[in-house]
Amino acid sequence: MFKKISNIGDCGIVCDFGDEVNRSINTEVIKLFHHIKKQSSDGNLSGVLNCTPSYNKLIINFDLNKTNTNKIFDFLKSTDFSKLNLSEDQKEWTIPICYDFEMDLENMSKVLKIDKEEIINIHLNTVFFIYMIGFVPGHPFMGDLDSKLFLNRLKTPRVKIPAGSVGMVEKFCNIYPYESPGGWNIIGKTPKKIFNNKDSTNPCLLSPGDTVKFKSISKKEFEKLNNE
Amino acid sequence: MNNNFFEVLRPGINTTFQDQGRFNLQHFGIAPSGCMDYKSFSVANAVLSNDKTEGVLEFAYQGPLLKLIKGQTKFAITGNVHFRIINSKNKTVTGECNRTYDLEEGEQVDILATNKTVYGYFAVEGGFSVSPFCNSVSTLSRANIGPNEGKKINVKNKIFFKKNRQEKNNYTINVSSGNNNLIKVLRGPQYDYFSDSSKKDFFSKNYKISNLTDRMGMRLEGTILKNVVSTNIRSEGIIKGSVQVPADGQPIILLNDHPTIGGYPKIANVISADYDLLIQNVPGTNLSFKCIELKEAESAYKFYSDNIKKTLKTKSIIK
Repeated sequence: MFKKISNIGDCGIVCDFGDEVNRSINTEVIKLFHHIKKQSSDGNLSGVLNCTPSYNKLIINFDLNKTNTNKIFDFLKSTDFSKLNLSEDQKEWTIPICYDFEMDLENMSKVLKIDKEEIINIHLNTVFFIYMIGFVPGHPFMGDLDSKLFLNRLKTPRVKIPAGSVGMVEKFCNIYPYESPGGWNIIGKTPKKIFNNKDSTNPCLLSPGDTVKFKSISKKEFEKLNNE
Repeated sequence: MNNNFFEVLRPGINTTFQDQGRFNLQHFGIAPSGCMDYKSFSVANAVLSNDKTEGVLEFAYQGPLLKLIKGQTKFAITGNVHFRIINSKNKTVTGECNRTYDLEEGEQVDILATNKTVYGYFAVEGGFSVSPFCNSVSTLSRANIGPNEGKKINVKNKIFFKKNRQEKNNYTINVSSGNNNLIKVLRGPQYDYFSDSSKKDFFSKNYKISNLTDRMGMRLEGTILKNVVSTNIRSEGIIKGSVQVPADGQPIILLNDHPTIGGYPKIANVISADYDLLIQNVPGTNLSFKCIELKEAESAYKFYSDNIKKTLKTKSIIK
């Protein structure tokens, strides 16, 4: 259940679930997100334009022609949180990764004082939970990494990181959907297209609340999958 | 599909297809985009009797020069825009905004400049022939999403439209325009992160719109806003009109193509009723902000929305 609800502007609501970033708080955020989606598509809640989950907050953006802050407040206050569930279409993904495309493993190994192989092993054995997707289309923020692997962002961000690169910062792991600048520690690259701007029905592979496991592939397999 | 099209002889600045925006996708990282000035967008479609969600071309400061290569059409330009029509004998007619014109094969529309405003709109009867992505033809050029492979219109592009001219009459809509640099806002979610003197400064000093302003955000320059709590917050969902303040203390107003999540504290939010006025202010303009309460913002929106309805009802035949 959220700790506080308040308006953000005249067409938005912030549901604040507390200050911490952990899986259990984020799960509550995503449950409410699924609930609002469902109630909107069932016609029980009108006027919601966007509903954006983040680590510990849900921001609801609505159409002032159809609803207002008070109506959304009433809807939220009448929601029985004990009955909310994660939707059944939550998915478990296996994403191929080729560690030969790493850029930072050497340095990470030095800073963390852990073998490269061990870093890869821990990464492969982590079941990641998708906290949120955003900033740019399709970009997942996944956690939690083992605290042994916690690292800061690069001091100087790279100007160009290729699409598909997999990075780590603190307890999070990401995948760059586009070639873009970035400051995450790059450990490998996936051939899997996680965002497709040509696919109008299913543009984004992953959803908030899904889980992801990585599967190590060779450079040869990478090239093969990449050309598919 | 029919084969009627314009050729782009000059693309103009930031010319893109836009409609009301693309919603229910922000949880995938997709910003709403859509027309910046909703009123001008609505007038463009209404004067042509188009569906109110029909896509139009939006441009900033300077519009495109378009040559009608094949077909006959009726078009309208809205906003506050200087343009002319060049016929096949190179005779030019100066155009007026907010009314329709017939255009014949071989003729050109030269959209010269916006007048003390930023955005203008070009629409044709029946609409452009562009495929929607996730129910919208809005372009999010930063992420290559939307028509024209998600890119801004470029020279030599062909712009297809759905059908030949059918309506015989021409129409006009009476639009009252007004610039406004006093922008009403509500307190933002992190209003209390700022020092008392900075809160006062924000509502009493002028903030100048910088040149670093586009569809994503409007950067302001003025008295530095001091954050006394934290210059970063946990990343959270963004809605347009949010006034975020990064560590340098210079506010940025987030606009239609905003990042979907962000981690800077927000001192205020522009009210929906003032958004069209806000975004039409050109760089160099000094803005001032007035703090109001939610109820007032909701009444202002009602007034704004009634005003659009009234404006659209002034549509009449040009005799």
